[in-house]
Amino acid sequence: MFFTYLRRELRRRRRAALVVASGLALGIALVIVVDSVSSGMGKAQDTVLQSLYGLGTDMTVTKAASPTQDGSERPRFQFDARDDGSDEEQSSDRVMVRGFQTLSAATVTDVGGQNGVADAVGGLNLQVVKVSGQFTRGRFEQNGSGGTGRGPGGGQPSGEVKGGGAQFDVNSYSVFGTDVTKPALGPLTSSKITSGRAFTTSETDGKVAVVDSAYAKEKSLEVGSSLTVKGTAFSVIGIATADSGDPAADVYIPLEQAQTLADSADKVTTIYVKATDSQKIDSVKSAIQKNVSGTTVTTSTDLADTVSGSLSTASSLATTVGKWLSIVVLVAAFLVAGLLTSSAVSRRVREFGTLKALGWRSGRVTRQVVGEAMVNGLLGGVLGIALGLAGAYAVTAVSPTLQAQLGGGGAGGGSGGRGGFGGPGRQAASRTLDVALTAPVSPATVGLAVGLAVAGGLVAGAFGGWRASRLRPADALRRVE
Amino acid sequence: MYELRSVTKRYTRGKEAVHALDGIDLTIADGDRLVIQGPTGGGKSTLLQMLGGLDRPTSGEVVLDGTDLARLSEARLTKVRSENIGFVFQSFNLIPTLTAQENVETALVPLGVKAKERRERAAQALESVGLGERLGHLPGEMSGGQQQRVAIARALVRQPKVLLADEPTGNLDEGMRDEIMDVLERMWKELGLTFVMVTHDSAIARKAPRLATIRKGSITVRENAAS
Repeated sequence: MFFTYLRRELRRRRRAALVVASGLALGIALVIVVDSVSSGMGKAQDTVLQSLYGLGTDMTVTKAASPTQDGSERPRFQFDARDDGSDEEQSSDRVMVRGFQTLSAATVTDVGGQNGVADAVGGLNLQVVKVSGQFTRGRFEQNGSGGTGRGPGGGQPSGEVKGGGAQFDVNSYSVFGTDVTKPALGPLTSSKITSGRAFTTSETDGKVAVVDSAYAKEKSLEVGSSLTVKGTAFSVIGIATADSGDPAADVYIPLEQAQTLADSADKVTTIYVKATDSQKIDSVKSAIQKNVSGTTVTTSTDLADTVSGSLSTASSLATTVGKWLSIVVLVAAFLVAGLLTSSAVSRRVREFGTLKALGWRSGRVTRQVVGEAMVNGLLGGVLGIALGLAGAYAVTAVSPTLQAQLGGGGAGGGSGGRGGFGGPGRQAASRTLDVALTAPVSPATVGLAVGLAVAGGLVAGAFGGWRASRLRPADALRRVE
Repeated sequence: MYELRSVTKRYTRGKEAVHALDGIDLTIADGDRLVIQGPTGGGKSTLLQMLGGLDRPTSGEVVLDGTDLARLSEARLTKVRSENIGFVFQSFNLIPTLTAQENVETALVPLGVKAKERRERAAQALESVGLGERLGHLPGEMSGGQQQRVAIARALVRQPKVLLADEPTGNLDEGMRDEIMDVLERMWKELGLTFVMVTHDSAIARKAPRLATIRKGSITVRENAAS
């Protein structure tokens, strides 16, 4: 009788049922879309952060920022001018530590020894500036042709300097010294070797280099090519392609080679740290900052705060406006469902009064009302899940491109400068990454939707059931007479 | 057997206090057939609700077979209603979405009767009021007289001791009225019911063996020699 009665009533009041179900469906669909888009934002941010850190890195340690230096460490180039007409090419390159801030290699051991640290690896981030070209003297030419050739002061030959000057090319690129003995950690993990091979753990002294694919293309480098940095020739053993966004560096060489090139023996710029437990990152950060002085620890959470641009805007829209909009729509839908159910009970007082007169207990009448509301809620849930999945699918199909600006003048403040985040090539300036937004729907999201549908049905049923349970048969029958 | 002792029912309508029943004493023997008459607002329906355990008196006792309905908990009262009392209303009060058979079944639901037995008993009850061919019809597909017969079948399907009818022919034309009264009288005789009916219809009242008249909350009962 319960199901027969329920089915017939829902069919009779299908318009009202559809209104209730549609309201709940809208709220549930919105929750699914917002939740999946938020999840997509999270994935996009992870992608952005991974492009900086590489896989497996939970935080980076750099030297704490100190007052800006006087610029004496800026690269200076000196070339002797050649005779005019000489086509001799001169070149000079300077290798600088990016950000001019280094940590002792012993710090890597200190950091690695902290509680909660699974592994720590150092890296040296360098900037190479190479100037090459022709620098020639000018040629003095006397004025006139067989004239007096004297200036107004007399005695001095008059004429002008012609020719001479400089014609040169500046090539600036980043080099990252990586600890080849620990290939699982560090920025190279954010790239894939697409040609050749990666470093082997024995190549600490090797004159070998892995080149980013974009830089290799620009400089026509391939596996087997030779690359000269500050007079040292490196053999290209592999081409790496960044998983997303910009690569961590243009050229990767073994750490010791990088230290030699930069005259920075036993120095590193960045320590990449993997925690034993991803839930304890904050405590590990505190421990490092407390026990290893003069360092700045940057976690992915800190780094995420420095992400700006449309990704950040969309992310904050999803987490604030989206969340609140979902809540407001859901609450409104619950209320409307409750009021409509309550109003339906009011219209059925004679019906329920009669049933009570026949001996139906209040509980049975209430169950009938709650049952109908639950079916409405579940119907809303099914509609909402379908709508939400369609919305999430549409977002993924369109895949709007979001821009993420990292570092620079972002929210990172002081840490956004040279002492900042671990990514080589990221410290001095902000950079922009394009990330495609997706909206993955997880089983948890669908579970949440089902839960909301049940909750909506229960709320509506509670309104109606409460009214039905308070109905006294005499009052119900009297009211319709 | 019913025994009503000093039954009073007062309620307020807006700011006005209404004495629907004012110290009524009444005895209705098992198998008795009592017709209640009186002007509108005189307290007829209120008295019927007291007898049916649908409402409680402000004071006094409504005793059915030794049990004072006024003192029973809501749950016990519901049980008494479901086991002992059948109701027939002026407006039929059928569930519009349920078929004739399903409407009759609703009376058996509180008794915990299994679905199959429910269907069989409902069909028999409808057969007994001449609606054996209309089991699957919805109320909207039947005439007023047929709907009232469904309501009578619903009231009698659980074989109650008491049948209470509130203006059962009030919404019917003369032909239908006679038809319904014939059914009710037949059932009363066949089942040995205690039958209490409220009506405005003098023709029906004249045939009743006992006639009660309620005016301004007071009751007078007389035996009807003409019946």
